[in-house]
Amino acid sequence: MELDVTIARKTLRTASGQTRTILHDVAFSLRQGEVCACIGPSGCGKTTLLRIIAGLDADFEGRVVLPIEHKTGMVFQEPRLLPWRSVAQNLRLVGVSSENDLAEIVASLRLSLHLDHFPGELSLGLARRVAIARAFAIKPDLLLLDEPFVSLDAALAARLREELLALVMKRKATTLIVTHDVEEAIAIADRIIVLAAAPGHLIADRTIEAPRGALTHARIAKLKDAILSVMANAGS
Amino acid sequence: MRKPTIKALSLWRPGHTKGSLFRLTPLVLLLLIWQLGSHVASPGMLPSPLAVVSVIAAEAWSGALFLNLAITLARVAASFALAMVLGTVLGVAMGRDKTIDRLCDPLLIVLLNLPALVVIVLAYIWIGLNEAAAIGAVALNKLPNTTVILREGTRALDKSLDEMARVFGLPLGTKLRHVVLPQLAPYFAAAMRTGLSLVWKIVLIAELLGRSNGVGFEIGIAFQLFDLTRLLAYALPFVGLMLAIETFLVQPFERHISRWRPRHGT
Repeated sequence: MELDVTIARKTLRTASGQTRTILHDVAFSLRQGEVCACIGPSGCGKTTLLRIIAGLDADFEGRVVLPIEHKTGMVFQEPRLLPWRSVAQNLRLVGVSSENDLAEIVASLRLSLHLDHFPGELSLGLARRVAIARAFAIKPDLLLLDEPFVSLDAALAARLREELLALVMKRKATTLIVTHDVEEAIAIADRIIVLAAAPGHLIADRTIEAPRGALTHARIAKLKDAILSVMANAGS
Repeated sequence: MRKPTIKALSLWRPGHTKGSLFRLTPLVLLLLIWQLGSHVASPGMLPSPLAVVSVIAAEAWSGALFLNLAITLARVAASFALAMVLGTVLGVAMGRDKTIDRLCDPLLIVLLNLPALVVIVLAYIWIGLNEAAAIGAVALNKLPNTTVILREGTRALDKSLDEMARVFGLPLGTKLRHVVLPQLAPYFAAAMRTGLSLVWKIVLIAELLGRSNGVGFEIGIAFQLFDLTRLLAYALPFVGLMLAIETFLVQPFERHISRWRPRHGT
């Protein structure tokens, strides 16, 4: 599924009645199955960008073009599970593609022992895993993730990244992942867009030519330096 | 491993029997004080519990007690249901829509403060001394209370869960059943609990003023005869009935809807 985003301006009216620009001149398009990481400092409008693409915020100048028929899976910054439904019900409610897929996802995210628990009985890390499983379970065409691996231990985060990539490969889900971890972005993305803060705008759009996992350490270090220097220049 | 379906269906567990017995203690104490008081006061002022029980038995034997209880209970049920349904619809509408809220709010405040007696008398005069007037007047007394509580509940709906439902494209039915109603349920339970007590108090007044049967009517007769024994013989079984409904219907419902909350120290 292709995604085409053009945001000329997104403003917000503050409580004191002033108009504040959150985002301007953000335009990019993603091919089907492309994994794009969006990085930038806090407050640069990354979450706002995701909300606009998810259709939760229609109050902006510009347009977002998506196929009419598509399934969006989203992992919010907070798990946003239904506290009055068990883990299994939370997963089934969003419309699971098939029982086999669900069993597979549950097993790979190690949730099998927690299916009967209510979200209030889970640790934050576990709840995040359920939220990730929920986004995967519907077999989305468009996958939007807002810092999904924050507050997970390094080993689990690494495994979840692999799960994510496996799903994207299998399903050709177009993916936009918001993160502020440059290394994470390099590890999973084919494409990295960088936003600068106050107000948020696009300052870099880099495609990583090498196939995933084929990057050498030297190449990763070079990419990281390049992105960090772009961000540093924008900040000064 | 736990089995949530079974847990959800068992509305009360064996442990609650002990709790119910404990809850009865103050009632038993009240009965003792009554017994002692009846020795001091004249029978006209306070008849002994035994005298009241014998009248209850006589009324039960003739069938009049059950008939009147059933009639009153039916009126309570009808006006309660009417007020809950209409009050919920209005409350949700007012909670969701600012224009409707602004339009209906003054009316709501008037209704909240209008004495029950005024509504009942007006209903009897305008509609007539009939069942519709009685039930409608009682429902109208309860309605603003339900509306205010459900409006609060609607305003408190979690926006982040609503967004989740929108992004994942949940069908309306699924969204109502799994996202919206569980959030409104505690408010609904609160409206039920305050509503039930309010309704049965007002139903008796409506019966006293304009019906020829029911517990309220019987109490009216007892008042005219200054027959305190008879008054208590009708009042007490009715109180017992309401206590039973509260214990066996309202409280299990509240436990059922809050079963997902982690229990602390129980």
